Amino acid sequence: MTLRLAVELDGGSFAAPDWIARIRALDEAELDFVTFADTFGGAGPEAVLLAARLAPLTRHVGLVPVATTTHTEPFHLSTALATLDFVSRGRAGWQVRVSADPGEAALVGRREPLGFGGLFAEAREAVEVVRRLWDSWQDDAIIKDVATGRYIDRDRLHYVEFDGTYFSVKGPSIVPRPPQGQPVVAALAHGPQVWNSLDVDVYFTTPDAAADIVRDLPAEKKIFIDVAVSDNTVDVIEKLEKTGISGVRLTGADVDGDLVAELRRRGLFTPSDATTLRERLGLPQAVNRYEEAAHA
Amino acid sequence: MPKQIILAAHFPGVNNTTVWSDPRAGSQIAFDSFVHLARTAERGLFDFFFLAEGLRLREQRGLIHDLDVVGRPDTLTVLSALAAVTEHLGLAGTLNATWHEPFELARQLATLDHLSNGRAAWNVVTSPGAFFGENFRRGGFLDHADRYVRAAEFITTAKALWDTGGGDFRIRTSQFDISGTFPVPRSPQGHPVILQAGDSAGGRDVAAEHADAIFSRHHRIDDAREFYRDIKTRVAGHGRDPDDLKIIPGVSYVLGDSAADAQEKAHHIRRQQVSPQTAILLLEQLWNRDLSGYDPEGPLPSIDPVLDEDDTIIKGRAGMYPDRIGTANEWRALAEQKKLSIRDLIIEVTGRQNFIGTPADVAARLDEYVQTGACDGFILVPHLTPTGLDDFVDQVVPLLQERGVFRTGYTGTTLRQNLGLR
Repeated sequence: MTLRLAVELDGGSFAAPDWIARIRALDEAELDFVTFADTFGGAGPEAVLLAARLAPLTRHVGLVPVATTTHTEPFHLSTALATLDFVSRGRAGWQVRVSADPGEAALVGRREPLGFGGLFAEAREAVEVVRRLWDSWQDDAIIKDVATGRYIDRDRLHYVEFDGTYFSVKGPSIVPRPPQGQPVVAALAHGPQVWNSLDVDVYFTTPDAAADIVRDLPAEKKIFIDVAVSDNTVDVIEKLEKTGISGVRLTGADVDGDLVAELRRRGLFTPSDATTLRERLGLPQAVNRYEEAAHA
Repeated sequence: MPKQIILAAHFPGVNNTTVWSDPRAGSQIAFDSFVHLARTAERGLFDFFFLAEGLRLREQRGLIHDLDVVGRPDTLTVLSALAAVTEHLGLAGTLNATWHEPFELARQLATLDHLSNGRAAWNVVTSPGAFFGENFRRGGFLDHADRYVRAAEFITTAKALWDTGGGDFRIRTSQFDISGTFPVPRSPQGHPVILQAGDSAGGRDVAAEHADAIFSRHHRIDDAREFYRDIKTRVAGHGRDPDDLKIIPGVSYVLGDSAADAQEKAHHIRRQQVSPQTAILLLEQLWNRDLSGYDPEGPLPSIDPVLDEDDTIIKGRAGMYPDRIGTANEWRALAEQKKLSIRDLIIEVTGRQNFIGTPADVAARLDEYVQTGACDGFILVPHLTPTGLDDFVDQVVPLLQERGVFRTGYTGTTLRQNLGLR
């Protein structure tokens, strides 16, 4: 069985050419996706904007920036990620992250840091709101009906009416439904407290936790193991392949063409022909919850 | 050397002036549309590309407004993507000081400035109130009276963060109490260019003290000159050089082979912009009441507008009519005198194109505005997405260059330099 292959990009450079060189090499190697590391107060370029800056210069690789949920507005997150999906033509994802650092709370200065439970409860709400807003326009909402003078059919737009513990959001989105319907949502999950509290499409975990998370979560969830690039990366990946995971995310160093070529030679990785990130990861076509409700 | 004209390209927005019913009208959301307009503007050596923003879909009579273009991308994300397909063009985004926080937005703008090599600009707007607040954590937290207090403190806070160049800060104002390390090293422009669009006295003062440019609404030459004088005086009052604040009205134009041809095209576009349904809707915006029973081809209502500025019939749009009764009386008088139906009147009194004529006429009038103290340049608002600027770039830009009032190549490396700002 072949694995899906991702790379985590990290680094503080603010010079676009540095990133362009790195992403082009990975795009040419036809990797499935990259994640862009970031934190709320992060020392590098803001990851969603960096991903957008690189989107028009790549054709294949999926673009999955980290965006935090603790001090940000779910409404802005939703529209930014939907827009990333438009500018990348269906290659966008989102790695959800929380901010437990009191120093980051002081950058906003509005409330005390939340505890672990609160951080993940809030992240869960944020993911829910973001997903609802992505669905708040039906794909056929734009009708351009000259006879009645209407650009949209307003019945195909939906107030999301989210009322949670941490925020309420009315909706609908200001951005039409993105090309993938639901861009891919991912999160780092090193233990059951995290994977049981966040419902996402893709989980990044450690080799040690792999067996547990594969056992705990339903088969449609995609489990990726983080593998630090080293001299024996390929051997490590070959062993992991048998654990029932979907893929690996290489971390710690840039991946060169030789490594990818070796993975291909051993049958561990085959580039995908699918154009959207969802399809490539084997995720089902995203059904619009509001459309489904309207037809029920 | 005569004064040089600033030119910017406004991506067509969500007002009825954007014509979607024309067969040539393209997608308002596909990235290709943004690429086309941005590359056209850069081919025409424009200073910058401009995006508006609205953080909730407009509503009229409590329903999502469906007659105009609806839906647009997130401002910063699409600008960052456009940085990849342009080299010199400034990238200006409207971002609301009420519904963002300074650390996050300053970091994002500094990121955009780095990733675009010094081309970022921020159009600062404010919108208090519960309507937008329903999409955000704090709800309607900001009083109307405090909106420019927050905007001014937001701008000075953002500048202070940028000035740390990656250092520590501690900022306490009436709106913000923040501390920590700003993680972004000094960006190519130092401060991304600040635009301001508010027209009230409060908005004018914020602009005069803090902004690099004003996106103004004054396009009749006498109004524009008065506004220009007022603002430049306020700028000097803050100890700044009047040249440090550029005044750039948003304007529309129609080109024709002859003056008559241009007028005919302009009228045709106006009829596209004001459908029968849109005519009633625009009338309701002044009357502030349900007029759906009126015939768009019939006479104006004899009943008077409703005066309740706290509960207007349209939500999500800045106030447009300070004197509803007076304006309604003017419109009635005009309709009577010229025998106009509701739709004909709306075509006449709202959103008429500002510059209509041959390319030579339009070039001469734009130049007259700039040389006679009515403005420093223009934000052109095309009526078609995404090809609406093609004819201007092909036909008017060369004439401005011949007049010696517009660049023949980019000279600065940053937007700030191209605008002649310090």
